[in-house]
Amino acid sequence: MRRIVALCVLIALAGSLLAGCDIGASGPSDEMKRSAVANYANGVHNLYSQSLASAMAMDQAIDRFLADPTPARLEAAKRMWLIARDDYGVTEVFRFYDGPIDHPEDGPEGLINAWPLDEAYIDYVEGNPNAGIVNRASEFPQINADLLVSLNEQGGEENVSTGWHAIEFLLWGQDLSQDGPGQRPLEDYTTNANAQRRATYLAVASDVLIGHLKDMVDAWAPGHSDNYRAEFVALDPDEALRRIITGMGELSRGELAGERMTVAFEERSQEDEHSCFADNTIADIIANALGIQMVYMGDYGAVSGTGIRDLIAAHDQTEAERLEAQIRGSVNLARAIPAPFDQHLLEGVSDQSAGRQAIQTTISSLESQTDTIVDAAQHIGITISVS
Amino acid sequence: MIRSRLWVLVAGILLLVTALGSVYGCDVGRDDSGLGLVYDELLGGETTAFSAGRNAFELSARNLTNEERRIFEVGDSFFNQNWVTAPASTEARDGLGPTFNAQSCSSCHSHDGRAKPPDHDDDPVRGLLLRLSIPGESGPVDEPTYGGQLQDRSILSIPVEGRISIRYEELPGRYPDGTSYSLRQPTYVIVEPALGRLHPEVMVSPRIAPAVIGMGLLEAIPEERIMALADPDDADGDGISGRANRVWDVRHGRPALGRFGWKANQPTVEQQGAGAFLGDIGITSSLFPAENCPPAQTACQQAPTGGSPEIPDDRLAKVTFYVQTLAVPAMRRVDEPEVKQGARLFVEAQCAACHTPRHVTAADYPVRPLRDQVIFPYTDLLLHDMGAGLADGRPDGLASGREWRTPPLWGLGLIQVVNGHTMLLHDGRARNIEEAILWHGGEAQQSRDYFMNLSSEDRAALLEFLRAI
Repeated sequence: MRRIVALCVLIALAGSLLAGCDIGASGPSDEMKRSAVANYANGVHNLYSQSLASAMAMDQAIDRFLADPTPARLEAAKRMWLIARDDYGVTEVFRFYDGPIDHPEDGPEGLINAWPLDEAYIDYVEGNPNAGIVNRASEFPQINADLLVSLNEQGGEENVSTGWHAIEFLLWGQDLSQDGPGQRPLEDYTTNANAQRRATYLAVASDVLIGHLKDMVDAWAPGHSDNYRAEFVALDPDEALRRIITGMGELSRGELAGERMTVAFEERSQEDEHSCFADNTIADIIANALGIQMVYMGDYGAVSGTGIRDLIAAHDQTEAERLEAQIRGSVNLARAIPAPFDQHLLEGVSDQSAGRQAIQTTISSLESQTDTIVDAAQHIGITISVS
Repeated sequence: MIRSRLWVLVAGILLLVTALGSVYGCDVGRDDSGLGLVYDELLGGETTAFSAGRNAFELSARNLTNEERRIFEVGDSFFNQNWVTAPASTEARDGLGPTFNAQSCSSCHSHDGRAKPPDHDDDPVRGLLLRLSIPGESGPVDEPTYGGQLQDRSILSIPVEGRISIRYEELPGRYPDGTSYSLRQPTYVIVEPALGRLHPEVMVSPRIAPAVIGMGLLEAIPEERIMALADPDDADGDGISGRANRVWDVRHGRPALGRFGWKANQPTVEQQGAGAFLGDIGITSSLFPAENCPPAQTACQQAPTGGSPEIPDDRLAKVTFYVQTLAVPAMRRVDEPEVKQGARLFVEAQCAACHTPRHVTAADYPVRPLRDQVIFPYTDLLLHDMGAGLADGRPDGLASGREWRTPPLWGLGLIQVVNGHTMLLHDGRARNIEEAILWHGGEAQQSRDYFMNLSSEDRAALLEFLRAI
């Protein structure tokens, strides 16, 4: 009898030890968590600053083009859009937790990046030469920032007359060819109808974008007592980490693997892809995947420090390495998708084709890394639920 | 002596069986007071999702396969993203309007949740619409100039039909214990009607966009079960009738039980969705192939379309699947004494007579993950006379102008988190759960009176239960 009692005590002890090591003892310390949160805040500020800088370079290129519309200057403006777009793409991992970018009250995400674009709300489209605000001078005599922002507010939902894709559409025009980006004629900015109104629209849309990016930089700037960053770093570190990791998980599966890749892939809808006018879809995908990697590693280029990886490694080195391999793997798989993306969406392209296989593999990798992210977060005491 | 021992043995076995029954019997549940029949943490059975945050209504049923998840994601995209003016590069997503109320399903069902009425005339919030009709020979027909619904937005170059203006009148009241409350009674005015005055006999019926969780589970409740709950002539004399609406199933070309909509005027999730696509966004489908442009609206009729139909069947099927498989979030605070007390009161006040807590979904429902689930939606899907205060005076199918379909209550407590408000009932007039209860009249009058006569602690407990489901 005594032996049985002793055995029970032993089992109970072993059990409590096992249960204990699941979250407590060997997990990351509070200090380490705070360090990861602070490094993240620095990283966010750094990446938004970088995004603002390249958007301002794009804005200058657009101004030069509009001052003297030549083919070379149009190409220069397009090149700057592509560069600036990459710098924005890595910041999208800062969405999905009602932070400054997509705060339910005043987050500008819809004004910056909404998709799909209501092209015919902005300018002419094939089949409707008089469409859009550009061509409706009697209704909209004056195109300026106030007008565009107010039109976007109609209906309580962003109406997509501003942002990256509006600028993209005004630079490239509709992508009507199957094997290249849009070919907006230079005359749209010189001799064609409403050229000056179109130019004004483009200049204003670029200015509005820069204003919104400035707001993001300010929201995350260090040394302020009343901005979002101040509030964020003062949070219980577990809550801050929940937000950070929610951004990673939501971008990884619901947004990137799901919305941006699976939908276009499954529906074979050639232009149902982000950045369809510039055929820049794959670069968008890579930038998003890279943003997840930056947050995981805590390495944002100019800024680096404690990352989510370090927190997970403090609990389980192997799991941290496995997730790192998955996240880096997804970036590499995305890089391996043959451009342009829309070629793989054509009717008749076999699911066995190299391009569709590459997309499929990238989607699966993003999906499974999301599961690992959720599990790994759970192991360090952070519960997130992503769609 | 032997006989008496035998009796003891029999009694003992009976006791044991009863005890085991209360432990293992699925109908007895978590404790012997029968609360297991009133609630369960898994409100949506195995499909139940676990989030009490802002995304609580956005998650898919937990038991989807990867293949099913992909369909869900495609449907999600077409539910959430804006539709755009035709023609457009995004051919799959063009065809908005010509007149419309919203650019996407999610503009009104924000985060798959519930809309609220505008705070003021210039509030751009979406989610309240007005049905328009005039009396006809066999029930109401569409208003001749404006059609069956007021579209308060339009694509460029097409006039909007008009705008909605709401005025509220406060109706103060008092509980028997002296506590005061106030209800707000709305009146609706259509301002700036673009095509002249509306018909003199026009009937205006407001409708708010409800949350769209658990829709497939509701569709999977066997029809026999709903018909068994119906009591059209109040044969059991409990003062509560419960009538089924019969409506036209367009896809199958036959009459069917109405399950969805504030008056149970739609038979299926697909038809409800296709109807909303047309009426609210201006997107045609094989079910409703004609653009919503009444004869008087010529500019509307001549506007470019986004194809015919604008949403093809396979894509409509994916959006339907998405809505069918949006999960119901798990109940919170399951073991709190106040919640248990609230659940008991929910039954005692006869709320459960219409807000039927528990159903079992059909074994042959087409969407596999939703089959054979024990669910707690708190609805009988039947029509009930809710009294003059709530009546919109507009019959719909077999539904009278005073009848409304019992809305499901699952997710009730999370509307605040998901949508940032607590406005309830068919037009969002109730500012919180308590006001919604106080608006109940007609067949629900006795339940309302029961609630009013409760102590303030018991009223709080009942509300706490409703916030936990």
